[in-house]
Amino acid sequence: MTMIQPGQFEYETGQLSISGDWTVEHYTELKRGVEVQLARGRPDVGEITLNELAALDTAGAALLAELIGAERLEQVADWQPGLPQERLALLKTVAQAVAKARYPDVKQVSPAIAFLAETGQRVIGLWHQQRLLLGFIGQTLASLGAVLLKPGRWRLTPLVAHIHQTGFNAVLIVALLTFLVGAVVAFLGATVLRDFGATIYTVDLVAFSFLREFGVLLAAILLAGRTASAFTAHIGAMKANEEIDALRAIGLDPIELLVLPRVLATMITLPMLSFIGMLSGIFGGALVCVLLLDIPGAQFISILEQNIAVQHFLVGLAKAPFFAFIIAVIGCLEGFKVSGSAQSVGEHTTSAVVQSIFMVIVLDAVAAIFFQEMGW
Amino acid sequence: MVSRTEAPLIRVRNLVNRFGSQVVHENLDLDLFQREILGVVGGSGSGKSVLLRSIVGLVQPSDGTIEVFGEDLRQLPAGERSRVERRFGVLFQSGALFTSLNLQENVALPLIEHGKLKRNDAEQLARMKLSLVGLPSNAALKYPSELSGGMIKRAALARSLALDPQILFLDEPTAGLDPIGAAAFDKLISTLRDSLGLSVFLVTHDLDTLYATCDRVAVLSGRRVLVADCLAVVEDFDDPWIRDYFHGPRGRAAGQAHSPEND
Repeated sequence: MTMIQPGQFEYETGQLSISGDWTVEHYTELKRGVEVQLARGRPDVGEITLNELAALDTAGAALLAELIGAERLEQVADWQPGLPQERLALLKTVAQAVAKARYPDVKQVSPAIAFLAETGQRVIGLWHQQRLLLGFIGQTLASLGAVLLKPGRWRLTPLVAHIHQTGFNAVLIVALLTFLVGAVVAFLGATVLRDFGATIYTVDLVAFSFLREFGVLLAAILLAGRTASAFTAHIGAMKANEEIDALRAIGLDPIELLVLPRVLATMITLPMLSFIGMLSGIFGGALVCVLLLDIPGAQFISILEQNIAVQHFLVGLAKAPFFAFIIAVIGCLEGFKVSGSAQSVGEHTTSAVVQSIFMVIVLDAVAAIFFQEMGW
Repeated sequence: MVSRTEAPLIRVRNLVNRFGSQVVHENLDLDLFQREILGVVGGSGSGKSVLLRSIVGLVQPSDGTIEVFGEDLRQLPAGERSRVERRFGVLFQSGALFTSLNLQENVALPLIEHGKLKRNDAEQLARMKLSLVGLPSNAALKYPSELSGGMIKRAALARSLALDPQILFLDEPTAGLDPIGAAAFDKLISTLRDSLGLSVFLVTHDLDTLYATCDRVAVLSGRRVLVADCLAVVEDFDDPWIRDYFHGPRGRAAGQAHSPEND
């Protein structure tokens, strides 16, 4: 058994002798030595002795190639014929590989230009994204129109399955969340209104906010987080596995098969979830009123009856199908944009959630202005 | 059986693999010797990949011993075991490159994590390994999704060679490659074996690969190794599956294509 000894080289005028272990374990030290030597200039040697060389692997051989030049190492059999056959083969193979391995050309650009280019690309990307979304909405509506007229092509089983997943399975979380927010709004209202001696208006505050805004908005945000991401991941994984292409090759329309049931299911479930959200939020507010603000339950209900017109409920519920449509369409579209890699699935899932929540809030703001102007 | 005096690098004895009630291997024995390319063949579901995965430690065998470099991996403490496993290189069937890293980062990863190299050094070595497996230098910054199947296999081979393993495990390396790409890959494996002194454990369906590269062939059938010997002996072994495999139309064609008269 030979002693393990880190690799080294000695260079005296005209002679370079290499010894020790030239392996990946000693790579860092060897590399430093080689760089110091190369900084002084490549050793111009007539004679190189490799006989003292102990262990050698591809990393060590690559360093040798760097030290004495790949071309020279490739001819190793000519100047060191005494080495074992395997070692000659290793040195030669690595020398050839080193000779071919060049750092790939990367254009250097100044940071300012890179920043401008990046900004430009983002804006173009945003523009493409919106065009794509509009196009996809158009496609979805077109195939919806085509399918609606032919009941034979209605796909009820996936529709029901998606209603189950996106609606029924989300009932508890929507109810719990809106209940808590309802209680919080009641507390908030009570705190502000008490100073005016108008604690009783907490009832109106809770009812108005949940019927018009919070019921549907909270349900939609939950749907965006829960369902848009699921759509993207599911369709994205199918895309990565070429299942979408397989559908097209069989002559089936992926939009009709995958997108329509999802879009319709969410459009059916979000109004229901919103309704549950409204009830649960008002219930949360009512509980706070009854237990902490000394407003009896009967009074709470009579205020609801007298002060809150049904139009507020309708205004809130009318937004639900639009929110649902945009959430489902964005979720599906992001799924179709997935390309191959696992990373891409992750990126597009994130993007689907962010975009759909953003779009829901934008739509809600537009709707608020619209209803305000209409006096509804 | 060819009798060999040298100690095998891998010694599998009485290996048993059971999944629930399904027995995949029963009392399976197999050796891999230094600097040989051992082809492992067998019908679909005969447990070739499971055998490979039990040797490299991805599947815990139900019973039996697997000695690698004279040490039983299952008896070793985790740290020792990891040290031994670093002397393995594994090429998975679909390449299993990390899709979020480009090729030179893929190959540099084991060098940085295990070899403790600096990133720049590791990437420089990685580019050398990529060129070693015959990839052009502009491929180094590409991502796996931008590559063809053959290039992915080569890049995955470069990653499995990153730490200069002594034993290379290849799971169907030529599956999904076109015949020209597959032949080039066969040649690459032989060349690397000769120049890097590798021992290769090669699971394959590809008859051409068997004839072009393998020194010995082990046939898995009926939960054990039916025969493990040089091709000429295996071809003439008396077993219906082997007869169908080597003397069916594809087997005959591959055998003729690689017979010495044609070389």
